[in-house]
Amino acid sequence: MLRTRSLSFAYDAQQEFRFPDMQLDAGEKLLILGDSGIGKTTLLHLIAGLLRPRSGSVELQGTVLQDLSVQELDRFRGRHIGLVFQRPHFVQALSARENLELVQYLAGRPRDRQRIEAVAESLGIGNKLRERPHTISQGEQQRVAIALAVINHPQLILADEPTASLDDKNCEKVAALLEDQAAATGAQLIIITHDQRLKERFTNTLTL
Amino acid sequence: MNLFRLSVRNMTSRPLSTTLSLVLLTLGVGMIALLVQVDRHIQQQLQNNIGEIDMVVGAKGSPLQLILSAVYHIDKPTGNISLQEAQKLKRNRLVEAGIPLSYGDSHQGFRIVGTDQQYPELYKASVVKGALWQKPFEVTLGATVAMKLGLDLGDTFTGSHGLVDGGDSHGEHPFEVVGIFGYTNSVLDQLILTATESVWLVHHHEAEITGIADAAEEPTQEEHAHEHEDTGHVHAEGWEVPDEDQQITAMLVKFRGPMGMVQLPRLVNERTNMQAAVPAFEISRLFSLMAVGVDMLSAIARLIMMVAGLSVFISLYNALRDRQYEMALMRTYGATRWQLVQLVVQEGLLLTLTGSLLGLLFSRIGLWLVSGLMEANYHYAFGGWVWAAEEGWLLATALAIGLLASLLPAIRVFRINISKTLADA
Repeated sequence: MLRTRSLSFAYDAQQEFRFPDMQLDAGEKLLILGDSGIGKTTLLHLIAGLLRPRSGSVELQGTVLQDLSVQELDRFRGRHIGLVFQRPHFVQALSARENLELVQYLAGRPRDRQRIEAVAESLGIGNKLRERPHTISQGEQQRVAIALAVINHPQLILADEPTASLDDKNCEKVAALLEDQAAATGAQLIIITHDQRLKERFTNTLTL
Repeated sequence: MNLFRLSVRNMTSRPLSTTLSLVLLTLGVGMIALLVQVDRHIQQQLQNNIGEIDMVVGAKGSPLQLILSAVYHIDKPTGNISLQEAQKLKRNRLVEAGIPLSYGDSHQGFRIVGTDQQYPELYKASVVKGALWQKPFEVTLGATVAMKLGLDLGDTFTGSHGLVDGGDSHGEHPFEVVGIFGYTNSVLDQLILTATESVWLVHHHEAEITGIADAAEEPTQEEHAHEHEDTGHVHAEGWEVPDEDQQITAMLVKFRGPMGMVQLPRLVNERTNMQAAVPAFEISRLFSLMAVGVDMLSAIARLIMMVAGLSVFISLYNALRDRQYEMALMRTYGATRWQLVQLVVQEGLLLTLTGSLLGLLFSRIGLWLVSGLMEANYHYAFGGWVWAAEEGWLLATALAIGLLASLLPAIRVFRINISKTLADA
């Protein structure tokens, strides 16, 4: 279960972001809509523990992120949260498979080839595992990025504008894949976007 | 996949800057290690060969040349001295032993040295096959000579005049191999030893033949007329050597006590036609001459190592700048700050360690080449491939440079702002 309480954040004195409280149960999905500059990415980073809020708290599975040290937070994030970004990025020196293995390693999990194969297969990139991610197509890269986010069975999947750079067909596909993956691991899924195309897919939406 | 493999992959994914760092490190470390090794080997060889020789007596000329030719057999002789005068010196109460040496001839580049049987004792040489020479024209070979020329007991060869291969052959006086020494790791391994008389007889006979050929105008004609008289000095089973030909090239002298060092070199240099040179002194003079060059080269090598450090730093720093995002990404997947620091430092150390090991390998190949060159030119080879203590320090210094070069990038990666880096990408 995810719960945020009176989150606020300020990059400087002039502009302070205040975010509405939210609560999400296991397996629930939430679409957060909002225009550019309204603090969507800031909210996502707060939920993921990448930023420390000025006030308020984020609680995931009974753990309050603000109570953790920097190191504990890194570990917690690796084990429980999967992030998908607008433009996919990878460790350039490694192949897609090695990137997945690295993410398993960083989360402190044993290497699990079968899991990698299964996730890649379900995302339709089973034959791309040997490639270096930057050599494959944009749509395929986004799928590898989703694979990275879900490989460690996270309780929470956070996606930041995952469809912004994709055409309609791929947009549908990526949204469907995210939902499938979240459902497969019983994770909560939060997608933050200004992409109106996703609106009709989600019943649970929040507009900032 | 783990951090170590990731470091390796990061290095190999930017081959150009990695190669540059490795080449610089290899050069720097390799040059210093090679200098250390060559210096050490040369010093060791030089010291080894001095053995118990306190002083060398020879014809007037350069003292260094006398030492190089009489002790190390790598230079030309300074000339000849009279045996009688040398014998007189030998009877001095401060002298414990005097070993006569006659050289100037060679066989296939290996020097033929006429001496007495104290000479091999000087290097604690033992005969492994056959025996020591007993009469003129019998020779006992140094181990390397026997191995290189493939000579065995009973084989014969002729010496040629001069110290390089291809001099005039002394065809009518073949030498016979009667013994072979074991390895002594000294100059002896490179020598062909025979009786002093052999050298006299070779040259005496040649002079005689020349004398007959040019009978009319040869000024030594008169002397030759006396040569067949038995002068009674050397009786070696029918071989006769006239007194006036009894010259040697040098005499190696061992003193009875420290007083010899104080008195004898001055005595010889001031009161006789001969020259005395002290090996220990001449060699330290040679080292101080060499030291200028060695210092210069090692300064250059140190400079190269510093540039290598800079190159490692730039390589790491650029890689980090290009991959800030990767670092932030790894943090979002659970990597801690210290793991990222480890990744960066590990890369720096891995680079310097690889470069250093390549450098040491390079120095060993260099040493092998230098050794081969020395052997070809001077019949000297380096023995024993040991680690020098300096090389341990060299490795430690290189690693310290690697650590230092990765410090700034490590601090930067430690303080990375994940959120900002991700948002900016």
